[in-house]
Amino acid sequence: MINLHINGLRVSVEKGTTILEAAKFLGFPIPTLCHMEGLSPYGACRLCVVEIGEGPRSKLVSSCTYPAEEGLKVRTASSRVVKARKMVLELLLASCPQSKVIQDLASAHQVSRQRFKQEYEDCILCGLCTRMCEEQMMAKAIGFRGRGENRSIGTPFDIKSEVCRLCGGCIYVCPACQLRCTYNQPEKAICGGCANLSPPCVEKEKFDDMMCYMDPCVVCEIKKD
Amino acid sequence: MNPVNSDGSLKKLAEERDSLIAILENIQAKYGYLPEDALREVATETGRSLVDIYGVATFYRAFSLKPRGRHLVSACLGTACHVRGGPVIAKEIGKQLDIKPGQTASDNEFTFETVNCLGACALGPVVVVDGHYFPNMKTSIVKQILEKSKLGLEAIEIDTDQRVFPVEVSCSRCNHSLMDSGHLIDGHPSIRITISFGNVHGWLALSSLYGSYNVSSEYEIPPDIIVNFFCPHCHAELLGASKCGECGAPMVPMIVRGGGVVQICSRRGCKGHMLDLDGVNV
Repeated sequence: MINLHINGLRVSVEKGTTILEAAKFLGFPIPTLCHMEGLSPYGACRLCVVEIGEGPRSKLVSSCTYPAEEGLKVRTASSRVVKARKMVLELLLASCPQSKVIQDLASAHQVSRQRFKQEYEDCILCGLCTRMCEEQMMAKAIGFRGRGENRSIGTPFDIKSEVCRLCGGCIYVCPACQLRCTYNQPEKAICGGCANLSPPCVEKEKFDDMMCYMDPCVVCEIKKD
Repeated sequence: MNPVNSDGSLKKLAEERDSLIAILENIQAKYGYLPEDALREVATETGRSLVDIYGVATFYRAFSLKPRGRHLVSACLGTACHVRGGPVIAKEIGKQLDIKPGQTASDNEFTFETVNCLGACALGPVVVVDGHYFPNMKTSIVKQILEKSKLGLEAIEIDTDQRVFPVEVSCSRCNHSLMDSGHLIDGHPSIRITISFGNVHGWLALSSLYGSYNVSSEYEIPPDIIVNFFCPHCHAELLGASKCGECGAPMVPMIVRGGGVVQICSRRGCKGHMLDLDGVNV
């Protein structure tokens, strides 16, 4: 067992436990975006940053990928952590403002505006869909391509992958294109994000017969008409 | 179609797990780009998913998924080259070739790309054409270099290269000397022969330096065609029975003074050659 302190509370966890899991065990909330149980930790979104160490040697690490260490002192909500999280949220809002997940997170952290150039990306490169595809759906149909500002997620050669079964798992986990939204229930509609996107099933004829995670999804109903 | 594994090299590399980049490099060297079929075959052979391979292939700029031109022009825009005028050079190259960086000219002659450092900052601004470094580039010589590279940049610097030595040859039929001291190439008497291709019949002067591929001829010879060689003295055809090891075209044998035979490939642009010197171990 490994003993560590989270926000001053001592906790013993098994070797290999991440800080995020230890904090969750104690009940300290740490916001996450690219983390999902059942998928390997990735550390892309940096929302789960916590401060470890003390004094001038303290540093910010992503708690979802950092394994617990003996004697580690963790702060999950220090002013530095909160500041960093707000910055991350502002940047996420700048790139993908239509995402309800990001909107909710921003709202929960009192981030109501951002000061960067506003863009309307439909991907934040969190890698949830690629991990879902590989680890849960055993398909590996989509993956990262390119690098730097040209990095994108998609199938090789931008054509339908032979290993893709159109399960829709990638869209189900996607925080940016969350298509199981409330758009077809106007009284609950908040973001309207799905109306701005063209999900792949619109172009795919055979989608009706496939198992679709997004049911009920407005896209299928539009297509039926 | 078996685009990659013709020599079994893929199998060998595939056994080592971390050799994906080496495999892709081999394919890139062979075809000049990464064909889709080749990537699919790599996926099958290595047991990896196509997504992983595609991800690696698109990550590195050294790999190209589109066919590239015959000549690759890289203009450096690293910090040192940038402050010494790299962008101006790049712009001039783009203007001369009429393409943007990353594009291939419509005649497939040139691919132009900018790179962010070639590790030769002291030479800046530096341009690399087909692996040949051109230091301290000026816009005025861009055109000249591009034209030169179309003809091939394999010319060796004679003064410094120890592999280069002059040979004196004679016709393999009449044994008449083929040397022409009136026409110097690389500062040495040239080898004069008569050639014909199509309806054209004229003289060709070869460098007599073994290792130099410099030639001059009466008529421009189109690349990749097989040229007929004749002795200017006895007018016998010189094409021999042996085939070039690189392209399969007939070889042209000539007798080396002092004993031995040198054979050159009759295909324009092919550098296949053989040298058999009696009593000399080359």
